[in-house]
Amino acid sequence: MTHRIISSSSEWTFPLLERYETEIDRIAADFGLDTYANQIEVITAEQMMDAYSSVGMPLGYKHWSYGKQFVTTEQTYKRGQMGLAYEIVINSDPCIAYLMEENTMTMQALVIAHACYGHNSFFKGNYLFRTWTSADAIIDYLLFARNYITECEERYGEETVELFLDSCHALMNYGVDRYKRPSPLSMQEERQRQEERETYLQSQVNELWRTIPSKEVLEDAQSARRFPAEPQENLLYFIEKNAPLLEPWQREIVRIVRKLAQYFYPQRQTQVMNEGWATFWHYTLLNELYDQGYVNDGFMIEFLQSHTSVIYQPSFDSPYYSGINPYALGFTMMSDIRRICEQPTDEDRYWFPDIAGSDWVKTLDFAMRNFKDESFIGQFLSPKVIRDFKLFAVLDDDINPDLEISAIHDERGYRHVRQALSDQYNLGSREPNIQVYAVDHRGDRSLTLRHTRYNRKPLTDSASEVLKHLHRLWGFTVRLEAVDENGKVTLIGECPSR
Amino acid sequence: MPTFIDRRVDGKNKSAVNRQRFIRRFKSQLKKAVNEAMNGRSIKDMDSGEKVSIPARDISEPVFGHGPGGHREIIHPGNKEFVTGDRVPRPKGGRGAGKGGGQASNSGSGEDDFVFQLSREEFLELFFEDLELPNLVKTQLAKAQEFKAVRAGVSTAGTPPNIDIVRSMKSALARRIALAAPYNSRLREMQRELEALLEERDESDPRVVELQAEIVRLRTRINAIPFIDTFDLRYANRILQPQPTTQAVMFCLMDVSGSMDKIRKDLAKRFFTLLYLFLKRNYERIDVVFIRHHTVAKEVDEEEFFYSRETGGTVVSSALSLMRDIVRERYPVSSWNIYAAQASDGDNWHHDSPSCRDILMKHIMQAVRYFAYIEITPDRHQSLWEAYEEVRKIYPQFAMRQIDGPADIYPVFRDLFKRRTAT
Repeated sequence: MTHRIISSSSEWTFPLLERYETEIDRIAADFGLDTYANQIEVITAEQMMDAYSSVGMPLGYKHWSYGKQFVTTEQTYKRGQMGLAYEIVINSDPCIAYLMEENTMTMQALVIAHACYGHNSFFKGNYLFRTWTSADAIIDYLLFARNYITECEERYGEETVELFLDSCHALMNYGVDRYKRPSPLSMQEERQRQEERETYLQSQVNELWRTIPSKEVLEDAQSARRFPAEPQENLLYFIEKNAPLLEPWQREIVRIVRKLAQYFYPQRQTQVMNEGWATFWHYTLLNELYDQGYVNDGFMIEFLQSHTSVIYQPSFDSPYYSGINPYALGFTMMSDIRRICEQPTDEDRYWFPDIAGSDWVKTLDFAMRNFKDESFIGQFLSPKVIRDFKLFAVLDDDINPDLEISAIHDERGYRHVRQALSDQYNLGSREPNIQVYAVDHRGDRSLTLRHTRYNRKPLTDSASEVLKHLHRLWGFTVRLEAVDENGKVTLIGECPSR
Repeated sequence: MPTFIDRRVDGKNKSAVNRQRFIRRFKSQLKKAVNEAMNGRSIKDMDSGEKVSIPARDISEPVFGHGPGGHREIIHPGNKEFVTGDRVPRPKGGRGAGKGGGQASNSGSGEDDFVFQLSREEFLELFFEDLELPNLVKTQLAKAQEFKAVRAGVSTAGTPPNIDIVRSMKSALARRIALAAPYNSRLREMQRELEALLEERDESDPRVVELQAEIVRLRTRINAIPFIDTFDLRYANRILQPQPTTQAVMFCLMDVSGSMDKIRKDLAKRFFTLLYLFLKRNYERIDVVFIRHHTVAKEVDEEEFFYSRETGGTVVSSALSLMRDIVRERYPVSSWNIYAAQASDGDNWHHDSPSCRDILMKHIMQAVRYFAYIEITPDRHQSLWEAYEEVRKIYPQFAMRQIDGPADIYPVFRDLFKRRTAT
């Protein structure tokens, strides 16, 4: 079998990359992985730092915060505090993956398996990505965004645009639709429709803010009606459509930031699954490559060494502990699903009657397509994984002087741990629930937001800073109220403050 | 089928724009940090950039997030001894078990300072922003010219060492081909005729003989064309281009008599450092001459200049005459831009001050671009200051300021080199 071995040196070359890719592709196809076409780009460490600082977007508009990101990355990298990631992969069609030239051949093969087949198939298959992002249009849209913002900078001044972007960024997490599918993005349409939108939007806004009284009689009946009729969770969308003083170009920028937030929204919800899936597949694909005799023992040892450090989970009392490692949890859960399918125990049959003993490839594929972190953990976290990780729940309540261990990895605790861990990955509970509550459109035009407290968790101090940004966008007084469990409303912030 | 693209050839500085924007955005904070960083630097130790830190709070990007408090339940791995229902005291940060949500640390990067490295250019750019060499220096700078020979094509005249061999041979070849062309075509014609004749007639035919003689004659003519002629020679042409002088020498003059204590020397050093850096930005090459003096002056190296201690009286003119001599010997005014900075506590032997004034007026002021005198004293001025006042009235390139403490240095320096709006 030795004649099959592709290479034994750690040096990589383009022909070798291609041969590895071909073999991995063949094996991935055998497992039924469905991917976008791959575009593999080899870059240097410096370029990797560039890619880092633009949060993985292949082309971003210019903004100081990316510069800050770059400086931070550069700094920690130069001091040797951090190795660079081996790869960055972009959810686009074709799927772009960056390989760093410093990597050894083994690492390149690992990255190809991980990014070009793992992440790639996840992007293509997972329902969140299918619903919220359009992989074929994102590059075009980014280009449109960058050109548009550059144009604005030329017309209105870099600083003006920059400050405006700051404000939009502060609300970026509140610029996503959670339930409504956004219309697909396309560069050409964007360009064509951008102008129409400008004029149309302005006319809508003008209508809303019209001060000339028209139907005095109806007015009284309607004045009691709140605007917006229902609370709005997409703050940026609300601002884009309703802020009274924004220029058309500013509305367009709000829209651009909103679209980008929407594009990244699925990634924030599928960290564990996405990394787990990719890690599971690089592990499976490379092992298969070894079993078929394409790589030698040295390759495998280097690969396993790197693989095990990726999925290392320090325990809570370790100095290296910084929360649960998504690679570790994701990989373990994916492997566990395979185990439940192939070698179910009685416990698995009791907990997972519908998947125990089924075809693992199909089951795993189903899990990848139809879940996000929160539901994936709620559905598939098995007692065995809980035991292996020795997971336990700590209840931290500020009305108690002590912390309480509310559940551990035992029979009584499995469900509790699973529920609590699932909730930990729920964006809805991780991020404060803040919505547009009312606009005083007959009075001082003030905007009121409401923070509905979840488990009595207060906001951080930076909330007042965010309000300043919101005020810049809205143009009139902005208030933030908090609603507690009993429905009691308190004013917690106002800008400009009285 | 996958596409492989080698992007390594592309530029790496995709983020340079964003980095610039970051620096511009936090200019005021950075400037403050840069000024603070000036304190601990050696006068020539400027070839590295500088690590500066600005408060992370200033550059954080705020977002809505959950603060500590309320009711939260967090899952941790690696349980060892806990069982359900255990109560543990709330740790004061540090240990994992009590930490708030893992996401809290991502949003604001804590209270730490944000530290990063400015390149040398960025550092000095911030430091010397809106400073410039005074106008008068600029005009003189433009006049001060040196010439440099640069290549300027080829010419037909020149000296033998400048012969461009390849070009000369090329034109010789062209000339030979051109001059031989009519002979060659006739030669070919005759040879054809001769061959045709020889098939019918024999060697003794008069026409054949005639042709043969003519061919020999033509061959001789062709061979007589000279292989190379003076006409062919080409010379590399060099012309002299005026070059602005880009070298400068900076004289640091310091009083090291007993009255100059360590603190005053330190102040002087900072002033010299600033001046050195500033000149460095304007000149490619800079020499620094350190002259220290008490009753006698001596040229020393930087180390000795700043750190050795002397006692005794003060005769300032000794340093000035030493400077005059050094200029005369090593730094001809025609090719050097001369700057001088003198630091003193104003103390001088009373009868020496007029002679200082005289040396300055007679010898030094004509030679220097700029002479800055700083007096480091909180006290009243003494005779030296008064003598220098007279110099200042006559020479605009003479500047003098008083420095009380470290806080004055930067303002005084800025004041001296402030960009004057065009008047």
